[in-house]
Amino acid sequence: MSNTYDPVEVTPLHTDEVAKAQDDALAAIAAARDLDELKQARLAHAGDRSPIALANREIGALPPAARAEAGKRIGAARKAIGAAVAARQAELEAERDARVLIEETVDVTLPWDRVPRGARHPLTTLQERVADAFVAMGYEVAEGPELEGEWFNFDALNIAPDHPARSDHDTFFVESTGSGKVLRTQTSPVQIRTLLSRALPVYVISPGKVFRTDELDATHTPVFHQVEGLAVDKGLTMAHLKGTLDRFAEVMFGEGISTRFRPNYFPFTEPSAEMDLRCFVCRGSSAVPGNPPCRTCKSEGWIEWGGCGMVNPRVLIACGVDPSVYSGFAFGMGIERTLMFRHNADDMRDMVEGDIRFTLPFGLEV
Amino acid sequence: MKVPLSWLREYVDLPAVTAHEVAERLTAAGLKLEAISSHGHEIKNVVVGRVLEIEELTGFKKPIRHCRVEVGEATPREIICGAVNFTEGAVVPVALPGAVLPGGFEIGSRKTYGRLSDGMICSEAELGVADSSPGILLLPQDTRIGTDVVELLGLRDEVLELEITPDKGFALSIRGVAREAAIAFGVPFRDPAAIELPAATGESWPASIGDPTACDRFVLRSVTGFDPAAETPLWMRVRLARAGMRSVSLAVDVTNYVMLELGQPLHAFDRSRLSGAIVVRRARPGESLETLDHVTRTLHEDDILITDASGPISMAGTMGGLHTEISAESADIVIEAAHFSATGIARESRRHNLVSEASKRFERGVDRELPLAASWRAVQLLTELGGAVAEPGVTHAQAEVAPVTITIPADHPDRVAGMAYGRETVIRRLEQVGCTVTEGAAGAPAPAGGHGVAATGVVSTADLAGKLAVRGDDLITVVPPSWRPDLTDPNDLAEEVIRLEGYDRLPSVLPHAPAGAGLTENQRLRRRAGRALALSGYAEVLSYPFVGARDLDDLLLPEDDPRRRVTRLVNPLSEDEPYLRTTLLPGLLKTLARNVGRGSADAALFEIGLVYRPEPDAPGAAPVLAVDRRPTPEELAAIERALPRQPVRVAAVLAGEFERSGWWGRGRQASWADAIEAARTIAREAGVELGVRADRHEPWHPGRCAALSVTDPETGEQVIVGHAGELHPRVAEAYGLPPRTAAVELELSLLAPSGPVQAPAVSSYPVATQDVALIVPVATPVADVEVALREGAGELLESIRLFDVYTGAQAGEGNKSLAYTLRFRAPDRTLTVEETTAARAAAVALAGERTGAQLRGA
Repeated sequence: MSNTYDPVEVTPLHTDEVAKAQDDALAAIAAARDLDELKQARLAHAGDRSPIALANREIGALPPAARAEAGKRIGAARKAIGAAVAARQAELEAERDARVLIEETVDVTLPWDRVPRGARHPLTTLQERVADAFVAMGYEVAEGPELEGEWFNFDALNIAPDHPARSDHDTFFVESTGSGKVLRTQTSPVQIRTLLSRALPVYVISPGKVFRTDELDATHTPVFHQVEGLAVDKGLTMAHLKGTLDRFAEVMFGEGISTRFRPNYFPFTEPSAEMDLRCFVCRGSSAVPGNPPCRTCKSEGWIEWGGCGMVNPRVLIACGVDPSVYSGFAFGMGIERTLMFRHNADDMRDMVEGDIRFTLPFGLEV
Repeated sequence: MKVPLSWLREYVDLPAVTAHEVAERLTAAGLKLEAISSHGHEIKNVVVGRVLEIEELTGFKKPIRHCRVEVGEATPREIICGAVNFTEGAVVPVALPGAVLPGGFEIGSRKTYGRLSDGMICSEAELGVADSSPGILLLPQDTRIGTDVVELLGLRDEVLELEITPDKGFALSIRGVAREAAIAFGVPFRDPAAIELPAATGESWPASIGDPTACDRFVLRSVTGFDPAAETPLWMRVRLARAGMRSVSLAVDVTNYVMLELGQPLHAFDRSRLSGAIVVRRARPGESLETLDHVTRTLHEDDILITDASGPISMAGTMGGLHTEISAESADIVIEAAHFSATGIARESRRHNLVSEASKRFERGVDRELPLAASWRAVQLLTELGGAVAEPGVTHAQAEVAPVTITIPADHPDRVAGMAYGRETVIRRLEQVGCTVTEGAAGAPAPAGGHGVAATGVVSTADLAGKLAVRGDDLITVVPPSWRPDLTDPNDLAEEVIRLEGYDRLPSVLPHAPAGAGLTENQRLRRRAGRALALSGYAEVLSYPFVGARDLDDLLLPEDDPRRRVTRLVNPLSEDEPYLRTTLLPGLLKTLARNVGRGSADAALFEIGLVYRPEPDAPGAAPVLAVDRRPTPEELAAIERALPRQPVRVAAVLAGEFERSGWWGRGRQASWADAIEAARTIAREAGVELGVRADRHEPWHPGRCAALSVTDPETGEQVIVGHAGELHPRVAEAYGLPPRTAAVELELSLLAPSGPVQAPAVSSYPVATQDVALIVPVATPVADVEVALREGAGELLESIRLFDVYTGAQAGEGNKSLAYTLRFRAPDRTLTVEETTAARAAAVALAGERTGAQLRGA
């Protein structure tokens, strides 16, 4: 601290002088037209050699009693100048950005499909979606061969050689009619393989390709896909079957969509049922006279979905499972048909022909 | 089965409900509605009239009559008519002015042929009864004049077309459907088969059952003096037509009518054509029969026949013989009503490709107790309608049949359904379908063959019956009715109760499955591979697995190629494609060609699916095993051995631009490299490293084909898992594909996911980069150079990248220059220049040693 007081040299600390320095600074800052000019103004009015900086340095020369007051005055001036610089800086930067970045504008609507994405077949992803719904319920996915032993495809499923149901199957025979080998007509042989190979209880879902000698047209194809479910446990009942399918319907088609059973006949289930699905589009309203019609269910309110029933004890016996201890249920539905009504695909040929225009929109999942 | 509602109402007092409501109840009981057709509702104002006077008008090109017809009004009507099959006094249907006929055809009063025509005299066709009719419908003389014709003839009707499942043979009759309808509505049922049979004296015609496994009941009745000219009455013709059968002649129509009503197929023989005693037996070697359709059929030893002294006269339950057929002169008729083996008839019908109304019913099971009643009903109709005289005798041959009994706990249906019906309901429902229910157990389970000869196709043995038996308390013993041969097992009875109580009443309860293990590694891999390919630009297809010899040739497969070892279908859809694929490529290539042909020239496709690879030494046939026990492991192995290997493969094909041209510049054609990269994409998903080396393998271009391999974790050896590259130009041409089409095929089953990925240690020390350019002969595979560099560089090498391949003059004649960037990094320190230079030198040295690579410029 200096002990020499020089009244002459403290002129810059006069109130007027400080106010003038501040006014000059603010005027110069406001007048800066770009960032360079602002920088010049900042150096001139807030830099080391600016009047206000010089004045600041003179505070020490004041008598102690005057220092505080002078310090306060100078501090306020420096703060005002600093704020003005920052504000102008922000303004000018925004102006610059607006100008320069706009000059860099591109056309973001230009296409960039250099390697267009492919897609998975909706029949594949629909099978996966069905499988996943059941995996979430604790099921596992079971598989079997497509060229199958006749015993697996028919006999073990209680479809005896002369049973009328067997002739309904329009079977592709392999090598010779007596070879005991066929292209499987249903995914049900996987039930047999499951019961022969897995420990009880079993809860499996089994999607896959099946074959019947139909000519290809809008609603038939000789190679198609089914998904089959099987549960064998102690104490399973038709109520459990209904509960399972109701849950499944909800997962696939949304809250409140349930199933309806009608008696039917399948050799491998007894009792057997045909399963209808509450129309997920009109939710049954189109069946009421006077309401608007529904394309999906043809205004019936229900959609035929698949077959199901309690596993015929004869099937259990053929697999060495004691029907007095275990019971089970099984169900199956066509994947093509499900795709048809779930996605409004009205021609099965599109699913078969592999035209990428059909497949690509389905993407990775359905 | 087409069921006219009017016929149904004869045997069941249906409440006043619509046909739809009837159909709904029947559907809920398991007789599913296919369609409802309405008949006669549009017909109005047609009455019975009597022709009083006929005046033949002349001067026209055809006969025209002006008639005065009394129609029950104050004065007769004048009507012009072009038909000539009636005389004065004839009783005819008359459409009055204002009448509407089927098809909305309105009748008015009009002037024609110079006279007033105040209505129309109608034919059967005009009333919608027949497709065509030669003349006016003549009604019986005693018909009351003025009666409404629609009412009189029962023209107003609804027909329910029901889908009958193979187990419900009984429902292929009005009788069976009426019983179900009665139960469904809780109203009385009158059994049309419950008719009083007259006491018989003697035989109708000598007959016996020669083979009791073929037939266990054989009934003959005869009539004499039948008028072959007698016409089928209109009501019967209307019913037959509504039920979907054509009217043939009275005798034939009567047999069909009784079959439709009761469900018992009948056959009528011309008695004068029979010679000697009838025997029901199987065919003998060399026997043949000319059937009604004028086809001479060679009979199979298993065929069930009706024979007389002359030999076969009818194929049982399938088709009659021509010689003994009812003809336009037949006056003496023998009616056959029998119970044949269901499986026997099923086989016979299939063997001869003859499906008839009779065979359909026998296959599904006919009521064994019907023949006596049904044959009598036919005789009654022939006497009533055809002026015949019933012979007093009846032939009744039969084999002993033990009744089926099923013992179940009274709560068995409850346990199957998962809801409580209660004992009373169970017994009531079983009795409703015709079962006899008694308290307690009946003792031993029923032996095989209940319900008579091989009742349905269901296999039954005593052992099986024992295994099916349901144990429990409060047993009831149930004897199913003769018309329900489908009821053999405890669950059959449960279904009867549950369906009649209503499937809609079943509760919905989600069972608690034990926790599952989710998808298997292979299932996950298949999904990942598909997703990865789709994201790389490939679209999935699911092509048919059928191929032809031409495909094998088009793929240029050598004679001894294992992919030529194909499985043949017995009954392929097309004789051009009778084999099952041994490779996924033909289906993919055809699908690619289809896409290109439809304008998608830039297409990349993939398929994941099974191929069928029969082993050369596999046994030809898979045994068909027993079903009354679990097969032994040896038996199951015998089936597996006979099946071809069916591995999962993945294949992809691509043509056109893989990277598209656009405003950014030219794109890139699909090439061999994309195909190999697709293989790497799949391998990456499997977590295995793919070995790639040059190979020659059809159908690929010999200079642009890679064999793809993985290391067998057990042996450490390289196993070929597939091939990729550019297709041979001739293959592309054969499939109509553009040049340079590329393809890859991998056996996904061989890409076993290799366990969890081991986490790498990520070093935070800086990377040291060194470039190196090597000169090697053009033919040296880059892969070999890279392997040597990697090995030589040692552990400090973090990554290696080939950034340039140069084959110009500076590389030297016959050489190429490979430029690599090597990145080094240590886990625990910053590498010195000396360290990285030494590692680079070691890499170059090993590459030089292995492949003769020289440092460029060295």
